[in-house]
Amino acid sequence: MCGPPGLGSPCPGRDTVARVGVYLDSATAAPPHPVARQAFLAAVEDGWADPGRLYTPARRARHLLDAARETAATVLGVRPDELQFTRGGTDAVRRAVAGVRRSRGRRLVVHSAVEHSSVIKAAGGDSGADAVSVPVSRTGVVDLDALEKALHSPEVALAAVQSANHEVGTVQPVAAAARLCADAGVPLLVDAAQSIGRTSVPAGWSLLAGSARKWGGPAGVGLLVVRKGTRWESPWEEGTPDVPAVVAAAAALRAVAEQADAESVRQDALVDEIRRTVAATVPDVEVVGEPDERLPHIVTFSCLYVDGEVLLQALDRAGFAVSSGSACTSDTLRPSHVLAAMGVLTHGNVRVSLHSGVSADDVRRFLDVLPGVVADARAEAGL
Amino acid sequence: MIIDALGKRCPLPVIMLAKLAADQPAGTEIAVLADDPAAAVDIPAWCRLKGHTFVATEGDRHTVRL
Repeated sequence: MCGPPGLGSPCPGRDTVARVGVYLDSATAAPPHPVARQAFLAAVEDGWADPGRLYTPARRARHLLDAARETAATVLGVRPDELQFTRGGTDAVRRAVAGVRRSRGRRLVVHSAVEHSSVIKAAGGDSGADAVSVPVSRTGVVDLDALEKALHSPEVALAAVQSANHEVGTVQPVAAAARLCADAGVPLLVDAAQSIGRTSVPAGWSLLAGSARKWGGPAGVGLLVVRKGTRWESPWEEGTPDVPAVVAAAAALRAVAEQADAESVRQDALVDEIRRTVAATVPDVEVVGEPDERLPHIVTFSCLYVDGEVLLQALDRAGFAVSSGSACTSDTLRPSHVLAAMGVLTHGNVRVSLHSGVSADDVRRFLDVLPGVVADARAEAGL
Repeated sequence: MIIDALGKRCPLPVIMLAKLAADQPAGTEIAVLADDPAAAVDIPAWCRLKGHTFVATEGDRHTVRL
């Protein structure tokens, strides 16, 4: 029995690739890497025991965990004893923030206005008291002068500046931010979820957070690196790690890192093509974020006079899975705080993010289909 | 001129603004009453994209000049 047309329902009876969906939301989660699957199944056989016990099966599980840590540390260029696996990217961020607060006995977090919502929530969300939000430029680059001033707020515990933005792709000036933080004696957390396994992260951070889902590892695994000499204490006791998932995450990271340079060049060129073509073929559109100083895989644009949810659904029917920063597509019904902080158009927003399984053909078909989808949505609105 | 888009979700306030603006001469001031959280960002963005001037936001009242 064939599934409905659209995403993820291949049917042997149909012959066109166009009927099977193209997944264009790697920024949320990359499709599972084949290496991850193999490593996971092997580790389920060998590593199911509790790694904390003393008997032989436990030592096997412990060994798998240690090897996974070594692998991940090698890819990131850090010491294994600086790296811990967490229960996901959000958990890594929470542990980073809470651990510094606990160690330093202070609460204030200075963060860019465009951090991932997990960072903003860990810092204290909109309540104000425990967080200072640093503004960004129209293209989403953090304002270094404002950052410097904010670092001198009394009782600053931590600064948080992402390596690059998850919605628009803009790369942040991490090296410069790190220098400012060092001068002010403030540790710097870099949420590198979108960079790990793709591009290098400049040195100078005190804590680094990542999420395995973003590089084709399983959900529920993240990593936190705490540089030696950083004041950090474990904020809460963790449960037993999910050994097979951690093993799969590390294997996927190594595999992805090996292809990273070539894939980044390939995806970068496709993102360029998307940026140029969308601007040229869709009237009344704003393609946002830095055109050059950006991640290789992400591009976001906003279309005037169109409902983001309508666009997403129409694109899904056409076989393309994308995401959006528009208010109507969010469960909070508020527009993306990233787009709002940049002062760019938030409605009719589409975010496309690439992965190794997206071909140039897939991208061109998407670009062919897009103008018509937008025009239809506008016609319905009477514009 | 005033557009009442209270209770209307994005992109309706901006669509209403664009439709009215299409028939007005340069220099016309239009106030859009909109409580949708996106309006405070999208009305200034519309001005920037279409070459109009964003004047001010006071609460739910967003004023533009064509």
